[in-house]
Amino acid sequence: MLTVATTALELGLVYALTVLALFLSYSMLNVCDLSTDGCFTLGAAVGAVVAVSGHPSLSLPAAMGAGMLSGLVTALLQTKMGINSLLAGIIVSTGLYSVNMAVLDGSPLMNMNKTPTVFTAARDFLAGTPLAPFSDILVGAVAVALVIVVLTLFLNTRLGLAIRATGDNPDMVRSSSINPSFTTIVGLCVSNAFTALSGCLLGQMQKSVDVASIGQGVVTIALASLLIGSTLLGRGPIALRAFGMVVGSFLFRLVYAVALRLHMPAFMLKLVSSVIVVLALAIPYFKTRLPALRRRLSYRSAAEEKEAV
Amino acid sequence: MLKLSHLSKAFNPGTVSEKKALTDLSLHLAPGDFVTIIGSNGAGKSTLFNAIAGDFMTDQGSIVLDGRDITFLPSYKRSKSIGRLFQDPMRGSAPHMTIEENLSMASGRGGWLSHITRADRAAFRERLALLDMGLEDRLRQPVGLLSGGQRQALTLLMATFCPPKLLLLDEHTAALDPATAEKVLEITKNVVSEHKITTLMVTHNMHQALELGNRTLMMDDGRIVLDVAGETRRTMTVNDLLDQFHQRAGKALDNDRILLS
Repeated sequence: MLTVATTALELGLVYALTVLALFLSYSMLNVCDLSTDGCFTLGAAVGAVVAVSGHPSLSLPAAMGAGMLSGLVTALLQTKMGINSLLAGIIVSTGLYSVNMAVLDGSPLMNMNKTPTVFTAARDFLAGTPLAPFSDILVGAVAVALVIVVLTLFLNTRLGLAIRATGDNPDMVRSSSINPSFTTIVGLCVSNAFTALSGCLLGQMQKSVDVASIGQGVVTIALASLLIGSTLLGRGPIALRAFGMVVGSFLFRLVYAVALRLHMPAFMLKLVSSVIVVLALAIPYFKTRLPALRRRLSYRSAAEEKEAV
Repeated sequence: MLKLSHLSKAFNPGTVSEKKALTDLSLHLAPGDFVTIIGSNGAGKSTLFNAIAGDFMTDQGSIVLDGRDITFLPSYKRSKSIGRLFQDPMRGSAPHMTIEENLSMASGRGGWLSHITRADRAAFRERLALLDMGLEDRLRQPVGLLSGGQRQALTLLMATFCPPKLLLLDEHTAALDPATAEKVLEITKNVVSEHKITTLMVTHNMHQALELGNRTLMMDDGRIVLDVAGETRRTMTVNDLLDQFHQRAGKALDNDRILLS
């Protein structure tokens, strides 16, 4: 059971970075960024190439830079070229498939079995200390903590407030002499940097990057985690809500790991995440419909009673 | 202060549903003018405001504000010198953000990466206290919790935090209950007179149109059909105003809300 929780925590922390990215784009900016899958893979690919070339520490900023670029393209498509935001994300994600292959020099696979990565560096650093078995978790935890701190500080700056207002009331942003296109561009650049960092860390943790599979369905998985997290900690200060995202990500992985233990086939992961997202989005909707439904039922039964008399 | 020259705007041009919303409209406002505007539904009052604020580009004509030609300036740049309130109290503020966060956006203080400081909070509290609604003690509450009247008062404060050169009020008290409307109007008068802001206000209340400000315009079919100020206006009654409209527009005023008020 401990190994199940450990694996859930490792993966939960790494994926939490993507959930935090969606926390910015989906919850704050009110943009559903479907380029997430492609951007996640881009981060993994760029990170792998830089790590293999012998610079594991440089791989993180390199992946984040690539993610920012990808976010910039998505944002420009929707703000400056009048393309629907969902479509812009899908277009970028599709295009990124080729880009990611190009980054890996035409091959869809990259192996990092003997490559020094941030995870091997942490393992070496902690060797001999009691923390040694938890080095992977620590790398994830440090990354998540840094991103939460940066995100919390950022969202309380004037620029961050403007980004939040863009998702809340774009008219009000315009009347504050701020261009909502600008805030959307900045928001998507920052969020995609986090997504790419998430992909970079996952690739290095798994010691391999497969362009065709590593990012597939990540946006749905992250959205499921986000919805779990905001159900638990949806109110209060930004830092607490951001922490809720990490909790959501961990719980999602925990449920999945337990299900695996109970002999659910691994390929069911994506169906499970889809169902969670559907439930999380549909339940609040049905809740709003409930009073009308109740009234109709009682109306009908009252009519039947009358008829019986 | 504001100079509109020969403004025209048609929606859906060249189709059967073509609608000439503004027709060769010219208007000149002196600094400190407080102008009330009345007119039937569809007369072009809101379209005029949208054109001035830059929601769309006009087909013809020019807009000059305080000596600067803003005809082609995008709306978010115009909002630096133009404050605006709508009938819907929800339109001017972000509901999921706190009062201080909304005010911070509107105040335009500090650089992009600056946080709300203690000095900012003190300034916000001081301004909010002027509204006399107890909002100064609720800085950290989300704006979504406020009532319509409170939100409209807050929006007014936000629109005038840095006094604009021009204030556009589009029936901004029409959606409020009479007592709250009275209060918001009172605050409006104070703010406008304190900073001597040039103001355009659409109203459906004929008494208000003659009583407030120093000049009254009547619009019909995208044109200004009546423009009164000074002595003529001072001696004018609501009935005179209705008669004038009938003569100039060639029809009776068809706004039922006007007739009832």
